[in-house]
Amino acid sequence: MLRVALVGAGKMGLSHLSILGAHPNVEVVGVCDTSLIVMGALKKYTKFPCYKKFTKMLDQEKPDAVFVAVPTKLHYEMIKELLDRKIHVFAEKPFCLNPEQGSELARLAEEHNLVNQVGYHNKFIGTFKEVKRIIESGALGEIYHFTGEAYGPVVTKKKDSTWRSNPADGGGCLMDYASHVIDLLNHLISPVASAEGTLLKSIYSQHVDDAVYSLLKLESGETGVLSVNWSDDTYRKMSTSVSITGTEGKIISDASELKVFVKKEGALDGYTKGWNVKYVTQLTDQVDFYLRGEEYSAQIDYFVNAALKKGPNDINTFKSAARTDNAIALIKNNSKTKA
Amino acid sequence: MDRILYGDNQFFAVNHISDAKSMEQSMKFKENDAIIATLDQAIEAGIDTFMCTTHDRIAFVCDAVRSNPEKYKDFKIYPCMPYAHKYANAVTELGIQGTIKQYVPGNFFGSMFKGGKALVSKDYLAIMELLVDAEMKMFEGVKTPVVFLQNVITDLLLGLGMDEILKGFHDYVREKYDVEPGFITMNLPKLAETLEGLGIENPIICASINSANFRMSGGKELYEETLRTKKIRVIAMQVLGGGAIPPKEALGYVCGLPNIESILFGASSKRNIDNTVSTIHEFDSK
Repeated sequence: MLRVALVGAGKMGLSHLSILGAHPNVEVVGVCDTSLIVMGALKKYTKFPCYKKFTKMLDQEKPDAVFVAVPTKLHYEMIKELLDRKIHVFAEKPFCLNPEQGSELARLAEEHNLVNQVGYHNKFIGTFKEVKRIIESGALGEIYHFTGEAYGPVVTKKKDSTWRSNPADGGGCLMDYASHVIDLLNHLISPVASAEGTLLKSIYSQHVDDAVYSLLKLESGETGVLSVNWSDDTYRKMSTSVSITGTEGKIISDASELKVFVKKEGALDGYTKGWNVKYVTQLTDQVDFYLRGEEYSAQIDYFVNAALKKGPNDINTFKSAARTDNAIALIKNNSKTKA
Repeated sequence: MDRILYGDNQFFAVNHISDAKSMEQSMKFKENDAIIATLDQAIEAGIDTFMCTTHDRIAFVCDAVRSNPEKYKDFKIYPCMPYAHKYANAVTELGIQGTIKQYVPGNFFGSMFKGGKALVSKDYLAIMELLVDAEMKMFEGVKTPVVFLQNVITDLLLGLGMDEILKGFHDYVREKYDVEPGFITMNLPKLAETLEGLGIENPIICASINSANFRMSGGKELYEETLRTKKIRVIAMQVLGGGAIPPKEALGYVCGLPNIESILFGASSKRNIDNTVSTIHEFDSK
């Protein structure tokens, strides 16, 4: 049994808490948030011990692991505190406000041999897992172009009220939305090495970007396009996709549908020459408890198993999340350079 | 409940396996009249129950039903609340407290939030009741014999262990509207057990059930056992696994299971509606 606490009972926090509450190998030993209305409901209707103060919860409950789902600007201090206390950490994305903080936390976690994971859930989606497998097989030949895209309806009118609209708090489309795509590209092909021709556009927001367009070069040399817009009404919810083109084939994938073009017969197991279509229904492993998507449960299972020493801790490590923070910084800096 | 229920995903661009198809549907059903026309095709195929989210555009369907009482005299709607994306987008923008303020009607919260006081338990149930009333408003004068709680809320409460709120929803729908409450879930075995523990007898539960083992938390075998052993009235949804399973195989599987009272499906063309209905009848008569 893993003794888990959670700090930050907002949208993602409550979602994690529900999955943790239903998890057979987890005991929820504490929840911490400052919202009276949320904490009042949890206190009244759940069995979870509730706290206003983070350190008090840690002192009293001594959890094995903590889920950190507070705004990004609070991550560094809180996670450092947890690592100093030798507690395993699952943090929400984006990881930190700058890559230096993230690298330091990654180093600390490794030094103390603590399980560390960040909530970039796309890596637990069946279609994207299959994309990774295909790329690693080499069946695409030499990859010469990619596009990474995400669109959705988060900010669709002029308004300026939440932490998402404050750049100092980790708000904005680049940090909050594009980070998913960047992290996925980092993982699928190789980490972002540089950015060119970046456009950060404010469409409705006054202080942050609502769209990001950039030309990226990866460490292993591939180049491609990043195109992300969270002010796009034509989508009902966030839609993330990648397309990857190589000399021997091509992949187009989103979270539900995978399309693979193979040039030569026999180049890739389970695929024939020409177009192949697979659906997430065929590529998804069953979970024990479902809320909003298998990937949310799968990432928690992965973390819990690692903390109980029953599985690896290689996906979504602090180190990989710090690389994503680094790519965010590269893109941001490039947007400031005059063409 | 009728054997076959018609769903609304296709009208609101919900597609579990293709974003492209989702956009296509969003174009096809841009006009409300296109929704009514397809609904009429389902009625012609012998379907009398429309199970739908409390999406704003359903108000138009309710208007049509009210203004053509003769044409829709056998027609029933099973509302499923809330339309989650409305609230999810609001939470992202306004936070949880801001969202409640925006959607709970009247001035219920004015004084409460100002004083920074914690809410007492009857306040939480009152919030839930006001939200149910707000969602039910558009259905006035339309037959709604079963009212559902959407899976994202059912399952969130289930995981948190907020069983009393599930019970509160159940009791309120019965008392206030004098209709049957129902629950949509992606976790049928766990929910069936929880509702049993709450003393809710023979509950109506709508869950994903298909031969592909898709969205069946804990696995197909556990689902089949639950169907065999629990006293529940089940509506099977996602029987086609989002379209990934061939219809004959998909419907054959579901029609062969015990304890499935109804099958919910969505389709956007007359041909697919007719085919699904006749295939279900064919398996049922075997």
